[in-house]
Amino acid sequence: MAAVTQDTAVSTGRFTRALIYLTLLLFALFYLLPLYVMGVNSLKPLSEITGGNMMALPSQWTLDPWRSAWSTAQIGVEPTGLKPYFLNSILMVVPAVAISTIVGALNGYVLTKWRFRGDTWVFGLMLFSCFIPFQIVLIPMAVVLGKLGLAGTVTGLILVHVVYGIGFTTLYFRNYYASFPTELVRAAMIDGAGFFRIFWRILLPVSGPIAVVSVIWQFTNIWNDFLFGVSFGGTSQPMTVALNNLVQSSTGVKEYNVHFAGAILAALPTLFVYIGRYFVRGLMAGSVKG
Amino acid sequence: MANEVDFRTRLQDWLPKLVLAPSFAVTLLFVYGFILFTIVLSFTGSKMLPKFTWVGFENYHKLFALPAWHTAIVNIAIFATLYIVICTLIGLMLAIFLDQKIRGEGVLRPIYLYPMALSFIVTGTAWKWFLDPGIGLERIMHQWGWESFSFTWIKDGEMALYTIVIAAVWQTSGFVMAMFLAGLRGIDNEILKAAQIDGASNWQLYRRIVIPLLRPAFLSAFVILSHLAIKSYDLVIALTGGGPGRATEMPATFMYSYTFTRNQMGIGASSAVIMLMTIAAIMVPYLYAELKEKK
Amino acid sequence: MGFLDIRNVTKSYGPVEVLHRIDIAVEEGEFLVLVGPSGCGKSTLLNMIAGLEGISGGEIAIKGRVVNGVHPSKRNIAMVFQSYALYPNMTVGQNMTFGLEMHGVPKPDRDRALADVAKLLQIETLLDRKPGQLSGGQRQRVAMGRALVRNPDVFLFDEPLSNLDAKLRVDMRTEIKKLHQKLKTTIVYVTHDQIEALTLSTRIAVMNKGHVQQLGTPKEIYDTPANLFVATFMGSPAMNIVPATVEMQNGQPHAAIADADGSIRHLRFSQANLAEWAGKSIHLGIRPEAITDPEGADRKSGNIQPFTNRVTVTEPAGSDTFVTMTLSGKDAIARMRADAAVVPGQHFDFAINMEKAVAFDPATEERITP
Repeated sequence: MAAVTQDTAVSTGRFTRALIYLTLLLFALFYLLPLYVMGVNSLKPLSEITGGNMMALPSQWTLDPWRSAWSTAQIGVEPTGLKPYFLNSILMVVPAVAISTIVGALNGYVLTKWRFRGDTWVFGLMLFSCFIPFQIVLIPMAVVLGKLGLAGTVTGLILVHVVYGIGFTTLYFRNYYASFPTELVRAAMIDGAGFFRIFWRILLPVSGPIAVVSVIWQFTNIWNDFLFGVSFGGTSQPMTVALNNLVQSSTGVKEYNVHFAGAILAALPTLFVYIGRYFVRGLMAGSVKG
Repeated sequence: MANEVDFRTRLQDWLPKLVLAPSFAVTLLFVYGFILFTIVLSFTGSKMLPKFTWVGFENYHKLFALPAWHTAIVNIAIFATLYIVICTLIGLMLAIFLDQKIRGEGVLRPIYLYPMALSFIVTGTAWKWFLDPGIGLERIMHQWGWESFSFTWIKDGEMALYTIVIAAVWQTSGFVMAMFLAGLRGIDNEILKAAQIDGASNWQLYRRIVIPLLRPAFLSAFVILSHLAIKSYDLVIALTGGGPGRATEMPATFMYSYTFTRNQMGIGASSAVIMLMTIAAIMVPYLYAELKEKK
Repeated sequence: MGFLDIRNVTKSYGPVEVLHRIDIAVEEGEFLVLVGPSGCGKSTLLNMIAGLEGISGGEIAIKGRVVNGVHPSKRNIAMVFQSYALYPNMTVGQNMTFGLEMHGVPKPDRDRALADVAKLLQIETLLDRKPGQLSGGQRQRVAMGRALVRNPDVFLFDEPLSNLDAKLRVDMRTEIKKLHQKLKTTIVYVTHDQIEALTLSTRIAVMNKGHVQQLGTPKEIYDTPANLFVATFMGSPAMNIVPATVEMQNGQPHAAIADADGSIRHLRFSQANLAEWAGKSIHLGIRPEAITDPEGADRKSGNIQPFTNRVTVTEPAGSDTFVTMTLSGKDAIARMRADAAVVPGQHFDFAINMEKAVAFDPATEERITP
């Protein structure tokens, strides 16, 4: 991230400034509202929701909805809680993010530092693949996963997410490496380093910032994916699909507090990564001076 | 090169292409091959499983005769328009406000941005219950003493679509704000100083100088938002499930239900092709221009 | 055969040929400067010597070995880049020994070579720093150190001084020259700065539009430019080019030019064969320092011609005063001593050293050789 700090500020009167602060605060409340609702209501007994006010703090604090959402709530037909699905998501996300980021880094390196005739076309084709509506590949993907025996497996989901993720990771690394001086690569060539050695010793050590961006992007996208999960998840459904099943289930009493606890559970990893990013950025701003 | 080339140089020439080849092959097969497959399917009489009996444009005729598809088209048009316009307006306003040397910008920015990190399913769950008249907003207002307050949009076939707009705007307007803020911070301050010396008022300054300079940010925002709108599936499923009835049917939910639950794969495929064509009409010129520029 | 031979080399991108049959033989210990405006092909040629760009035709040989198609690292060359191209993640020491490491040189030998070069360039104290912590001049030294450590057959410099500020550039120029005199290495140096070319080189190749316009020692290039391009590109301020007619007076060829008031004046040529051009138009080339006041004229010259003309502008530049006048309708500049009593708008008695004057054929733009 470029450290651009200049403001496009204009001088404004007192009244205008007050109005600006008021608007900004109101919007902050608007954005925080659902988080507050989920948090507060996941910590009260169901009776306080159905019989009380959603905006009120719990009068009787309890962690039972969280316990229920995690390990006993009815998901589909089994009272397993969200735990196994959370694990499915982890098992899917970690390899898919790692593979797509590594492949994207290599692709970006080739597309900027080893350019060849037609490379823009290759990149253009890969880039467009990021923006297709995935509905267009659902049917053939289901057929292919079935043929490969990967339908309903975590491996199948990893494959799908890698395939449709490398377009974005390639884009990120390509744009990042494009501003990396090509003279450095040439100097390393003269020094006798080959294709992989240049990547490993010269480019990779300075790829930290973009690797962070790529990992966060992929992590968020894959963790939050619903369409592929519901289409190809089978018995290995990810967290989002399980949460939807929990919330939409039409049998029994609607346990809103459990739904909210489940929703926060589904949101925690990405929120954690998101907050982590701010933290990392702060750290880096302190260390990479000069 | 006419002369002998040593092995190392030749290997170094081939390695990059070898490294890129698997990704390219995968893209060709899983993206472009699959697109072709779906296009072919849309011209076949496939029901539950793909089969290759040619039926010409029959699926497309059927598709456009279906009231559900008609609803989906009208809904996506209303939804996309409102979603894009409102997100852009809120995003631009917040960006300009945040750019006025605001104390606490460092706190406000992450608050505006965090919804983008959430799954649409989470967003849908939160808003579904918050907007539910039985336990959510309406009841809160009643308990706070506003007895006549009524807010039943989510249960109302006419209005349910607008609850999706609310939740979608909540999720992405902060992200649009970030795009505009980046654009604003990229504007050369000296241009603004010059305009102020020329006697432009704040309003004129933004309307005549700053906003025109943000053109690239507007374009990016439009492209990303329209793309998100057309793909929107999860949020509809989580918030309204396409209901009440079929009131909030969208092309994405239509495609899924016709393909996988109603066993009308041919029609499902043709609806997917229409979606692709719509997105391609927006994305291809944009990507083409972007790639051209960077060359 | 030279130490570095460039024989008939061409470069094409598709159907477009950007370098046309370049022929240069560089002797061992020579300092060859490739100079020319941007886009003339000088950097392309350097990259071809380095092996960073392919050779479309002809061949390049180093120490008698043809290196077409040989990987850059196997040519025993070292290169100093315009941006210095220091690896940002490595310390200065690691930067300098990276090439040796890649070539499998054992650590003790690398350390010894590093210590020697660091001492030579006086950068011993910088070895543990990262490039980001260095000043421009220090980076420049490290980049040269990285090249020196390799002890290559040929050093290639790609505009190495153009990222430095004016004062530092002059200092580093001297430094590079000292280094070359001390180490007697073979250097090919690319620059667009003609002063760098003249001060540093033992020979200069002036390039334009993919052709070598002239190859020669700095003195040859400066005193006897092969054509109008070389004449105007080399030297600052540029050589005055004035349209003139050759007329015979007393059996001697004279240049007839108009002064600021429009009257025709005659200046006798030292070059006898210009008699063949009697009655024809030429371009007369006179360096600014060949137009002076009579006291400042070169005493060794056997052909100083007086010339009175009106002064348009004077520009005192400390050590010299540049005086602009009109000759045959064109602006011409004279380089005068700082204390010369010239006043804008008034007439002044100049002295023109016609021994230094050159004549060009207006049709071919080539110099008319004696």
